[in-house]
Amino acid sequence: MPVVLVMLMASAIGLQALRERGGELPTGADSLLYVRSPGAVQRLALSYKSILADVYWIRAVQLYGDTKLGRTADRSYSRLYPLLELATTLDPYFDVAYQFGALFLAEAPPGGPGRPDLAIALLQRGLEAQPDDWQLYQAIGFVHYWSTQDYAAAADWFGRASRLPGAPTWMGPLAAVTLAEGGNRKASRLLWRQIQESAADDWFRAEADRRLKQLDAMDQIDLLQRVVATFSEEQGRPPAGWPDLARAGYVRGAVVDPTGLPYRLEGSTVSLDPTSRLLPLPREGGRP
Amino acid sequence: MSAIRTVGTVAVSVFRESVRDKVLYNLVAFAVLLMAASYLIGQLTAGQDIKIIKDLGLAAIATFGLMIAVFIGIGLVWKEVERRSIYSLLSKPLSRAEFILGKYCGLGLTLVVNVVVMVVAWYIVLAYMATTVPPEVRAAWPAPATDLGMLRAVGLILVELMLVTAIALFFSTFSSPFLSAGLTLGLWVIGHFNADLKNFEAVVDSRAAAWFAHGLYYVLPNFSAFDIKQQVVYAQAVPASYLATTALYGAVYIALLLAASVAVFSRRDFK
Repeated sequence: MPVVLVMLMASAIGLQALRERGGELPTGADSLLYVRSPGAVQRLALSYKSILADVYWIRAVQLYGDTKLGRTADRSYSRLYPLLELATTLDPYFDVAYQFGALFLAEAPPGGPGRPDLAIALLQRGLEAQPDDWQLYQAIGFVHYWSTQDYAAAADWFGRASRLPGAPTWMGPLAAVTLAEGGNRKASRLLWRQIQESAADDWFRAEADRRLKQLDAMDQIDLLQRVVATFSEEQGRPPAGWPDLARAGYVRGAVVDPTGLPYRLEGSTVSLDPTSRLLPLPREGGRP
Repeated sequence: MSAIRTVGTVAVSVFRESVRDKVLYNLVAFAVLLMAASYLIGQLTAGQDIKIIKDLGLAAIATFGLMIAVFIGIGLVWKEVERRSIYSLLSKPLSRAEFILGKYCGLGLTLVVNVVVMVVAWYIVLAYMATTVPPEVRAAWPAPATDLGMLRAVGLILVELMLVTAIALFFSTFSSPFLSAGLTLGLWVIGHFNADLKNFEAVVDSRAAAWFAHGLYYVLPNFSAFDIKQQVVYAQAVPASYLATTALYGAVYIALLLAASVAVFSRRDFK
């Protein structure tokens, strides 16, 4: 009997390996959203609403990550909002789903769907359940600041957040700075530094750290661009590369971005390495 | 006094039988599930590990308990009849009411032991996970990882499970296990749609249908009332009056079902 069992087990393992050698089947089923109606899901969940909300949240995180890393055929993030909507319908107090979800939705392509309108819609849903949650107001202001670059709207939402119970003391000054200096790197740096210091989550803190590094990289690129322009003007030709600039004494040491990757120099243009995790850099300017 | 002792004797024998039947093995499954989840959740999601373990623990306690209540409850009476041991049992100084109550209390004891062990394991996992999180992150949580306020939800889950056991036992007094399982689970599902029955007039024009649905709302057990998992995870206020009336509602419904079970079982002819 034991021999038969071992033989059957070995056969099952062998067949598994044989099937795998034939390649994977197309993964169309993964793109399905089994139930689209939040109302229906809420009813069907019976007493498992919270755990089902967690499942939908994990699916949203996985979808965002897989799409961002290019592991899915569909690069449109089209299921991201429905998944977040389902998660927050099942658990209307799911703060992280609102805040991270909005961050995911507002992120510009290819790092995200570039849908600040959906990000704001998601956060507005959160406000229906928690009208006194200052963090949701701050998050809406944040989307206006970073994605739609409507600094007046951003300052308005930061101001509303500052008047709510529990809001940190820096929220009021942030609203004022945003209104006065919105769009410049100083105001952006202030915003991200406050988020980095007050974040209740490692992921958010890491994201704030990445955004601050982006701002540092933008400053460094501007500086390097000026160095290249000076070199071109003085030498009468664009530099052939960083060693060329180093030999002439314009730069010293390795010319690397805040993550340690070398900057690219093509002609007279300085840019980040295409594999840098700081890409895409935020757009500057916007509506005053 | 002797009736209580008799009920106790039957209850202890049901508990011992469930131990012999390896029902408590589910505790191992629960512990493995929680430990595996606590490791995996951190890899799968951006933050929220503690919230998810809280949700998962409460859902798992409710589900494991439900499976025990239904699948053991439906066999409580049927097994004795099928094995014909009912003849020797009823020939002893044991009334049919004592038999039914003893069976119910025995499964209740099994459920209580299960739930208590699962809750202890769950709190240990939560306490361990809390140690892996920096203090500034812990400070932002709505409640500590091992918030004892969550026991309010566990208490109502236990009342819910006792009610499910009473339903399973009731069906077990007159029908086959397969049918009893279907009817018990069916009633449990319908019991979660009670709020819809109450507001049925919003979806149908017929006044008679609306009144009928309204009547069902009051007659059928309202299982959704026992679900306060979301509230306790977010440390939201659940009034003591709500907990008391819901627990009392469960107790009254259980008494009703046990009385009905005794009535049905007393009329059964085993000749």
